Amino acid sequence: MSYETVEAPLGMTAERQAVVAEAGQAPGKDWVIVTRGIKREYDMGGEVVRALRGVDLAIMRNEYVAIMGPSGSGKSTLMNTIGCLDTPNAGEYWLNGQQVSTMTDDALARVRNKEIGFVFQTFNLLPRATALHNVELPLVYAGVSSDERKRRAREALTRVNLEDRMDHRPNELSGGQRQRVAIARALVNNPSILLADEPTGNLDSSTSEEIMRVFETLADQGQTVIMVTHEPDIAAHARRVVVLRDGVIASDDRKSSFVEKLGILAPTLK
Amino acid sequence: MPFLDAIRLALQTIWVQKLKSFFTLLGVMIGVTFLIAVVSIVGGMSRYMSDELVGKIMAINSFEVRQRPNINIGDNSEEHQRELRRRPRIEEADVAPIVAALEPDIRYAAVGIGSLNAESKYQLKPKATRVFTVTPDYFDIKRMAPVKGRLFSPQEYEHGSNVIVIGQDVAKYYFNGLEPLGRELIVKGLPYTVVGVMETQGSAFGQSFDQFIVAPHTSPLNRLVNPHGLINSIIIQVPGQRSMVSTMENVREVMRIRHHLRPNQKDNFELQTSDSALEFWNKIKSYLVIAGVALPAIGLVVGAIVIMNIMLVAVAERTREIGIRKALGAKRRDIMSQFLVESATLSTLGAALGVATGFAFAKVISMLSPLPAAVELWSVLVGISIGAGVGVIAGVYPASRASRLDPITALRQE
Ligand SMILES: Nc1ncnc2c1ncn2[C@@H]1O[C@H](COP(=O)(O)OP(=O)(O)OP(=O)(O)O)[C@@H](O)[C@H]1O
Ligand SMILES: [Mg+2]
Repeated sequence: MSYETVEAPLGMTAERQAVVAEAGQAPGKDWVIVTRGIKREYDMGGEVVRALRGVDLAIMRNEYVAIMGPSGSGKSTLMNTIGCLDTPNAGEYWLNGQQVSTMTDDALARVRNKEIGFVFQTFNLLPRATALHNVELPLVYAGVSSDERKRRAREALTRVNLEDRMDHRPNELSGGQRQRVAIARALVNNPSILLADEPTGNLDSSTSEEIMRVFETLADQGQTVIMVTHEPDIAAHARRVVVLRDGVIASDDRKSSFVEKLGILAPTLK
Repeated sequence: MPFLDAIRLALQTIWVQKLKSFFTLLGVMIGVTFLIAVVSIVGGMSRYMSDELVGKIMAINSFEVRQRPNINIGDNSEEHQRELRRRPRIEEADVAPIVAALEPDIRYAAVGIGSLNAESKYQLKPKATRVFTVTPDYFDIKRMAPVKGRLFSPQEYEHGSNVIVIGQDVAKYYFNGLEPLGRELIVKGLPYTVVGVMETQGSAFGQSFDQFIVAPHTSPLNRLVNPHGLINSIIIQVPGQRSMVSTMENVREVMRIRHHLRPNQKDNFELQTSDSALEFWNKIKSYLVIAGVALPAIGLVVGAIVIMNIMLVAVAERTREIGIRKALGAKRRDIMSQFLVESATLSTLGAALGVATGFAFAKVISMLSPLPAAVELWSVLVGISIGAGVGVIAGVYPASRASRLDPITALRQE
């Protein structure tokens, strides 16, 4: 099978194929994310690196999607694009029925602030700020009043079981705790999607398991989650797996068939 | 981000790196220090010149007819001094024609001044003392009043009685702690009875104004003070509603005629006003103010360059922080204002410290030298606003660089 052609990825449902095919059309309101032929190229001094070569992706509200693929296949580039941190060179990106690819800088900032919660592999917490203040930050830029900010930040930290670590700075927290602060920060603005790029990449396996349970719980509560991971057993937590290869989607399937293909048993969750 | 949050954030960032912040704001601090110090000292000198020095020597709304100026803040060249010495003296005979040219409500006083040795029964060591012989309106014009005793009566002026009023220093020196009123001072063998002790006249440049004796112009002392019918000056006080300029022109005309001056010849007498006495000082002052503004300006430019560089370094060091903030929804103007507020806060702190050290500096100078220092409120406001302005200007370029960073590139920074 050739991934160079623009045919639908293996396992993509007809429904998704249909919404992706309607170029220029705003998708229906159930679709949180629709990308159509997204391309991202980097000009590296004459040599062009093609990180994304035409990605078609459609994700509905409340989905829990894992993105996998070899190193350099474009997973982070796709996540950054979905998270409005990076803008594609070509293609359409619709987020909640709004076309992001035509937005101004300020509008993108507003989308990052209100619609998107991003969890990074390297946590990306402000080192000098307390856990509470780190979680408050998105609310600061949303213009929320100080009291309201503190209240909501405490609430978000409580959701990730860190109510007793609010006044600690990142260097006073374990890796797992730091990542939970980052998750709380991503959640504090009630974003429509939670993006996580290898959120357990810097954590040991038991801590990873703990973080994965947090995502699992959030997904169960109806949070839309998109997560990049290298670990098949972590991907097994998701209900849908998108595999990228060389900047295009190689397969887009339900978890079960993916897991069967890899011959791995889904880990039992408590 | 709200302004107050931005300032709090800036103060935190500045506080975390106290030493570095201090060196960053040093330039602005030094600039403002100089500004405040120079302005306070010049302001103090100015107030001193007009209130203390000239104000004490010159009466209000008045001018003096003199051979040459007695307040010497002006042209001190040898040539000028020679010209002044060649001028004819003012004579007692000048008084009547001048008075004849004045409107009736204009007051005048003819004043003779000399230095004479006086002694008393209680103080055998004689001392040179300034002796004034004056006509009746003198005390009124100079607003001098006795603290003890009285001034001279019309009869005493008329008869040339041997009465005097004395200054505080004279009262202290000659009477050994006794009550001076009614006691006598002896000058050239003749006794003079003290009828009044004047209130203190203060001092300027370390020179006391209380070392004097005043006698009526008809007193025998007048012949000692004004030999040959020469007098020191005629003070003319013009009531507020009348023009001093036209009065001065009348007097000038009388004097020119008496001195037989041709139209093309310059005055060879002085009509001294407090303005003319201050003229030279005002000229010096404007130079001082220019220097006082130019020097700090250089300091502030250097300060601005330092702040700009440090802010550029800060932007480079905190690229990742900027990336994180942008990823969380900070707009360009949020990042811009964060760094602008930081640099303005830094610079304003420097200016505030500069105001404090500037005043301390001025105070120290005023304590170590006779120069007084006056706190000028406007210089504080100007100093602080200049500080804030320098910070904003120095911060614009670094802040706009920070605000234009691409979030992904910024986040990838180690
Ligand atoms: N800023 C950039 N400049 C140039 N090339 C880039 C840049 N970012 C990514 N690339 C290139 O784009 C391709 C995709 O990178 P990307 O980071 O998306 O891969 P990935 O799938 O996340 O890999 P990994 O699993 O190692 O994180 C790579 O070849 C990478 O070298
Ligand atoms: Mg990656």
